[in-house]
Amino acid sequence: MAFNKNSNGYTFLFAIVMVVLVGAILASLSLSLKPMQKANQAEKKMMNILGAIGVPSERGAVKPVFAEYVTDRISIDSEGRQVNTMGGEVDPTNAEDPFNIDVKKDFRSKAPASELSFPLFACQKDGQDLYVVPVVGKGLWGPIWGYVALESDMETIYGAVFDHKTETPGLGAEIKEGFFQAPFKGKKISKVAPHFAVVKGGAPTTEYSVDGITGGTITSKGVGEMVDRTMGIYLKYFQSAPKAQK
Amino acid sequence: MSTETTTAVEKKESLFSKKNRKLLTDPLDDSNPITVQVLGICSALAITVQVQQAVIMSLAVLFVMIGGNVIVSLMRNIIPDRIRIIVQLVVIASLVIIVDEVLKAYSPDISEKLSVFVGLIITNCIIMGRLEAFALGNKPGPSMLDAVGNAMGYAWILLAVALVREVFGSGAISFPGFGQVKFLPEGWFYANGGFYENNNLMILPPMALITVGVIIWIQRARNRSLIEEN
Repeated sequence: MAFNKNSNGYTFLFAIVMVVLVGAILASLSLSLKPMQKANQAEKKMMNILGAIGVPSERGAVKPVFAEYVTDRISIDSEGRQVNTMGGEVDPTNAEDPFNIDVKKDFRSKAPASELSFPLFACQKDGQDLYVVPVVGKGLWGPIWGYVALESDMETIYGAVFDHKTETPGLGAEIKEGFFQAPFKGKKISKVAPHFAVVKGGAPTTEYSVDGITGGTITSKGVGEMVDRTMGIYLKYFQSAPKAQK
Repeated sequence: MSTETTTAVEKKESLFSKKNRKLLTDPLDDSNPITVQVLGICSALAITVQVQQAVIMSLAVLFVMIGGNVIVSLMRNIIPDRIRIIVQLVVIASLVIIVDEVLKAYSPDISEKLSVFVGLIITNCIIMGRLEAFALGNKPGPSMLDAVGNAMGYAWILLAVALVREVFGSGAISFPGFGQVKFLPEGWFYANGGFYENNNLMILPPMALITVGVIIWIQRARNRSLIEEN
C-alpha cells in the first residue's frame, strides 16, 4: 500500500467518506421506499378496521372493501363534539380526512387532549350500524394498539382487534390472537368509570371486563387501560350524538 | 449434527477446499458460536419461544452475516485499525436498516414478524465477532463460507431450543407461512378434564438458558475435545 492507513489524516478521511456515503445511501433508500411503506401502513389500518367488524380482507384488495363497509369517517374533539365527517374514497394526502389522524403519534405527543382530535369510523354491515374506535396504549416493551367495534347501541362490543410492536412472543404478544380477542364480543362499555377492564388471567370477569393473558399481565393491563381511557372520550360523543343518524 | 469428527486441524494452504469445508462445518459443532463460544446468547433467550420466529431470525442473521463478512472482507485493506470496530458497526447497522426498509415496502407481512428482531440482529455478538475475527484478515470467498457456517451453527441451536420450548411450553409447532399447529388433543388438558398441562416455565426466558445448557452438556459428553483441562 502506498499510503499509511493508520495515519490520523487517513483515519479522519475514511470516517468522513464512510459516513457521507452510508448516510446518502440510507437516506435515498428511505425516501424512495417511503410512498410504498405509507401505502402499506394505510392498507394495514384498513384491514384492522375491517377486522374489528369481522370482515376479512387481503392486502392489495382492501380499498374497495373498505369503501363498501365504512360509510363515514368522523373526527371528534376531546369533549365529544363532532369536528369533521367524510365519506367516499380515502384521500391519503388530505390532512382533514379523519382516516389520516395518526392516533399513535398523538398518543406519544405530550399535547393535551383538548388539542387533539379523535377518529371514529361508522360502518354498515348486514344492515347494522357499527362504530369502530381506534385505541392506543402502552404494553410492556412498547406501543400496543387496536380497533374496537361497537354495535349501534354504542355500548355493546361487536368485535376487537389488537396488535403490538414488541411484546414478548408467547406471552404479551398473544393479544393479537383470536382467543384473546374473541371474548370481547358481547361485552359492554360501562357508562361510568372504569368503562372497561382486562382482569388478571383466570380471574372472574363481569359484563365490563375480559380475561387477561397468564404471564402477560402488563400487556393485558395495557389493553384494558387503553380501551378504558379511549372510551371515556368517545362516550361523551356517543351520549350526545343522535342515535339514529341515518 | 457432529458429522465432522475432531481430526487434527491442519491448515494446508494447498488443500483449499478442505479448509473451506472446515469453515462451514466447524461452527456447527467444534466452534459453535452459541454452545462453545457462548456468543449470541441474548437472542437465543429472546426469540426461541416459537419455531417460526427462530426460523425468521436465523434467515435474517444469515443474510446480515454474509453481507457483513463479505463487505468487511472486501474493505479489509483500507479500514484504519483504530476505527475498525465502528466501521464494522456501521456496516452491520446499514445492512439491517436496508433489509428492514426494503421488507417494509415490499413484504410488509414479513416485516411485521421481524420487527422485534431487527434490533437484536445489530447487537448480535456473533456477527461482530466474525467480522473482527475472520473477515478482517481473510479474502471474501472464505469469509462468505465462514459467515454461512457460523449462521448455520447459530441457526440449528436456535431451532433446537425453540422446538423444545414450543412443544413443551405451548404444545404446538409453528413454521413461517403455516402458522401454529397445536397437535395435542384438547381433551388431554387438565382444564378439559384430562391429565396434561403445558409447562409455562418453558415459555419464560430462563428455560432457554437451561435448554442451551443441556445442549452444551450433551455436546461435551459426545465430543471430549471440548472439555477444558483443569
